[in-house]
Parts: sequence; structure tokens; C-alpha cells
Amino acid sequence: MGHASLIPAGRKSAGRLLIVLTSLLLAATVIFQILDASGVLAFGLPDWRPSLYAYIVWAVSMGISQVMMRGEAGHKALFLLPALLFTIAMVIFPTVFGFYIAFSEWNLSSFDGQKFNGLDNLRTLYNDSYFWNALRNMTFYVASVLLQYALAFGLALLLNADIRARKFFRVAFLLPFMLSPVAVSWMIGKSLMEFRFGPLAGLARHLGWENPAFFATPWIARFNILALDAWVWLPFMIILILAGLQAMPKDIQEAAKVDGAAGWTSFWHITFPLMLPVSVTTIVLRIIFQLKLADIVINTTSGGPGGATDTVSSFIFREYRDRSNVGYGTMAAEVYLIIIIIFITILLNLVGRFMRREAAQ
Amino acid sequence: MTTASEAYAARRRASQPWNWSRATAKILIYAALLTWAFICLFPIYWTISTSFKTAVNVTQGDIIPFIGRFQGDWKGWRSLGLSPDTIFQVSTVRDEFLLRFGNSVMASVGASLLAVIIGAPAAYGLARFNYKFGPWRNKDISFFFLSQLLLPPVVLAMPFLVLYKELALLDNLIGLILVYTLMVLPIVIWITRDQFETIPIELEQAALVDGCTIWGAFIRIVLPLALPGLVAAFILSVVLCWNEYFFAALLTSTNAKTVPVMVASQTGSQGISWWTMAALSTGAIAPLIVIGVFLERYIVKGLTAGAVK
Repeated sequence: MGHASLIPAGRKSAGRLLIVLTSLLLAATVIFQILDASGVLAFGLPDWRPSLYAYIVWAVSMGISQVMMRGEAGHKALFLLPALLFTIAMVIFPTVFGFYIAFSEWNLSSFDGQKFNGLDNLRTLYNDSYFWNALRNMTFYVASVLLQYALAFGLALLLNADIRARKFFRVAFLLPFMLSPVAVSWMIGKSLMEFRFGPLAGLARHLGWENPAFFATPWIARFNILALDAWVWLPFMIILILAGLQAMPKDIQEAAKVDGAAGWTSFWHITFPLMLPVSVTTIVLRIIFQLKLADIVINTTSGGPGGATDTVSSFIFREYRDRSNVGYGTMAAEVYLIIIIIFITILLNLVGRFMRREAAQ
Repeated sequence: MTTASEAYAARRRASQPWNWSRATAKILIYAALLTWAFICLFPIYWTISTSFKTAVNVTQGDIIPFIGRFQGDWKGWRSLGLSPDTIFQVSTVRDEFLLRFGNSVMASVGASLLAVIIGAPAAYGLARFNYKFGPWRNKDISFFFLSQLLLPPVVLAMPFLVLYKELALLDNLIGLILVYTLMVLPIVIWITRDQFETIPIELEQAALVDGCTIWGAFIRIVLPLALPGLVAAFILSVVLCWNEYFFAALLTSTNAKTVPVMVASQTGSQGISWWTMAALSTGAIAPLIVIGVFLERYIVKGLTAGAVK
């Protein structure tokens, strides 16, 4: 800090020269490639790799010139620059590019290529009952987080009780979270719940359900997807809540041990209020992950029966897989992103207000 | 707090003479714990055991090994070319599986390494220095990184599909590694920043006085101290990348396909035998179970970073 004046003027201008030169190189490469791609020049480059390399050269020289021009402040900037330039390149560009795709008719399997079609995709989306259906299902999936939270809290309390073999139970409770949702789709959805040979189907028959088809009728299918999803994600919530419980002061922890009716009142009046901040964090994080729910649905039911288990992600996935409809799929994804941002903003606002009111009491 | 300690005292008084109720509570607690542990472990047991079943064992729903019909058989592993009698023979299925497995290892380890290498310095910078990029301060930059968590994969998937086609990165491990790095970077920054904040700043100041540069102090003093956080971030990233399906399904086809995509493509086909699927699923989840059992504390550390203050 404040040593900028110690840097020789020559080094400063060399740094400036470096950034100007590489910026020019990047701009020239991109313009050259645009001209080449649009047919003005006829070099016929096979791909856009040169532009990518030019960006990498530009990003590296950006870092070098920061150090040359700004000394210690440049060194400090160097900590942040790689991650920042990487994320900007990987997110900003595709998102902006995504909006460009979203307003066009573009089917990768047809030879027509991209055709700008204004608001047509938005209009189609507005009238697409499958999209609205998927959104409705999402409200169901998101609402179910509260149920999962209650269950996870109970299990975390059990783990926090004075028990033996805690390590075993902790690992056992954690394991489902580690497994790939795709494998879980087969392990539980397609094997344990299989109609003929699955032990869960056998158990259901034994309990009097004559026709144990777990994914045949809408509500049963929805609840079973939910069960699979909860199986994978409950450990995440349990771990967070358990960490919250263990961070509580020792004497309060003693009082919060689950044992009998007195334990119940102490839980309701002491533990639960103290756990509110952790609970809120857990629920919000879980909702954010729930909004991305896709793998299990894609691999267990493909959104069926009749779209009953569809999520927005699995709907868009099929839009691409079955119809190669890039333009329309991207429009659906961008609209979904906007809905998510609005929803999370409102949610965080409400949560903030709720927490302030609790704190004031 | 008066109400808290009153309630506590009341509970202590109430519970003293009721030892039998404490015993019942204990039994109920263990019963609930064991039930849930069973729910967690049975699907895993079922998958592993099914990979050692014969056709009869599958149709009869045999569960417990070494009694009656279920004597164990290498059927599932044989079909993957991984049973003792086929392991030295030529097997295209095995080559395919090992290729996918290798792809998964490279994609998840590569992406996690890259994410830690660029994420940890960024997290350190955000924890220690005051940045100002135009109107952006530390808080805004942190929020920018964390907000990436909100992006559902579908939003990026299709632009990436088109972009990667133009960049010749489709079905390419490098392309997949870049996407995965993007996916885990916010989590790595979140976890490591939490770790850096626990390190006393005096240590670095002493190093700076001794003539270290800030990078020297970071690499020689801070990184070794922050190692648990870095390991936690790395392991959690590996798990998330290993399980990733959505991007892998869209962006890879023949060369760079990963294990989850292979499992998914087999799940869809009708008439695929259970023992093969079970062996394949076991192969897909085995590394994760090993990580879960031996590195549980790092996973927990990673998940709880910053959530509990």
C-alpha cells in the first residue's frame, strides 16, 4: 500500500503496453473469427479455439501487468483475478449468449441453423402446459423441504443424544448423501421398488397393497420421487442441524437432551428458538438445491406418469434430448432462472424480516 | 436465560425419580437410530449383494447370503469382465467400464484441484485484503461467487452445448473439467474462506516483518495451517463432481462419458440384467463409500463451514 510511487515509470508503462497489446490481440482475433465465420473472409477456421487461446493470453497478461503496474496492490489483486476471470468467462458469456439463443428458433438436428424469431419462444412457453405443470410440481417439491426439515431435526436430536457408537450412526446417516443420484435411481427406484422382484414391492404386498406400482399413479409417483430425493438429501440437513446442536452452550445442551415429556417442553422452549438461525440457513440452502432437482426424476420416471413428477430441469432436459430444441429449451431455462431469482429474493427478504422480529422479542 | 435455567431445573427435578422412563427413552432412541441406519444402509447392502446373485436369487428375492439358495455367484461381475475367472481375459465391457471410471476420476480430481488452486487464493484475498473493482467491494465479489450456486445447471447447459461445439470442446475431458470447476468453485471459496478466517492474522504479519512477500506468507505460513479446510473443500468437490450427471449427459458422448452417464444409459434399456446393473452401481458408488467411511469428518467439516457460527 502506498508504495506505488516506488515503481519505476518504465516498468509501469511496460505493464500498460502489455495489457494494451494483448487486448488488441484478443479483439483482433475475435473480429477476425467473426469475419471468417460470417463468410467475409474465407480462411474457414474449423472452430473458435483461437479466440479462446487469445482470451487465456489476455487473462494471464492481465495478471502480470497488475503486478508490474501496481506493485503490492497488484500482488493482492493476483489472489482474486484467476477465480474472477474464470467465473466471468464461464458464466457471464454463456448467460448473455443464452439470451441470444433464447430468442431464436434453433434445432440442432435440423440443417436450418439458427433463426431469430423474436418473442415466439416466450409465447409458446406461456401456452405450454407441460412447463406450467413442471412449475406446479416444483412448488410441491419445495414445500416438501419443510417436512424433510422436521424429520432431519428429529434425527439430528437422536444423534446428539447420549448414545454409544455415535461414529457408526453418523457415518451410516451420511452415506446416502455420498451416492450418485443416478445410482440411487436404479438402486431404489428401479430395483428395490421393482414391481415383480423388488423387496419393497414384496413388503407392500405383504402389508396388503395388492398392486404395488410405485410410479404408476400421479400422487404415489410424486411421493416416491420425494422419498428417494429425501433419502439422498436428508443427511445434508442432519449434518447442518447436528453441527448447530453441538455448537450450543453445554448447560443448555444438557437441558435439550431428548428424554421424556420434560425434554419435549425444554426442546420447544429452549433448543428450537436457539436453533432458528441454523434452521433457516439449512432450509434456505436446501431449497436452493431442491430447485435444481433433476437427476433422480430423469432416471426414475422421466417425468411421468403424464408429467406428474416432472421438474423444470427434467422438462428442459427432455426438450433437448428428444427434440434437440436448443432455442426453446434455453428460453424455458432463462425464464426459470428469473423465477428463481425473484423467488429467492423474496424468500431471503421474508427470512430476514422474520429473524429480526425474533431477535427483537 | 432465567426461563431456560428454570425449565432445566424443573426438568431435572421431575426426571430424577423416574428412572424407568429414562430407560424407556433410551430404548426408543436406539430403536429409532437403528431403524434409520437400516433405511440408510439397506439399499447399499441390497445393491452390493445383488451383484453376487444368480437369476434364481433375483426372482426369488433372496436377501441373506450363505443360507439356502443364495450362495454367492460372480454373475454380475463376470458380465463386467471383473470376476476372478474373467479378469485376465479380453472383455470389451470391462474396457468400457474402466474407461468411464478413469474419465470420472480425471474429471472429478482435475476439476477439484483446479477449483482449489484458483479458489483458495481468491478466498484468502477476500478474507484479508480490501478490494475495490469499480463499485465492487469484497462483499459484492463474495456475493458474486456465491450467487453462482443459484444457477440451475439447465441455464448454462445449452449455451455450453453450443459454445463447446464451436470451441471443439464437446465430448472432451478438458471441457467437462472446466464446467465442473465452475460448479464447485463457489463451494470451495465458501469453505476455504471460513478456514482462513480462523487463522490469526498476527502469524502473517510476523512473516511479513521477517521479509516474506504476501505470496510467500500465504504459501509458507497460511496454506499449511489451512490444510484441513483445503482438504475438506477438495473432498467435497470430488464427491459432487463424481456424482454429477446433468452436464455429463449433455456434453459428452463417446470419449469423455463418465460413470453416472454409463449407469444411466444402462438403466434405460429394457431387459438389462439386474446382476449387471448391481455390479455397475456398486462400481459407481464404491469409491464414495470408501470416502464416506474414512473421510467422514472432512465431508462434515466441508458441509458445515460457515453455516454455524
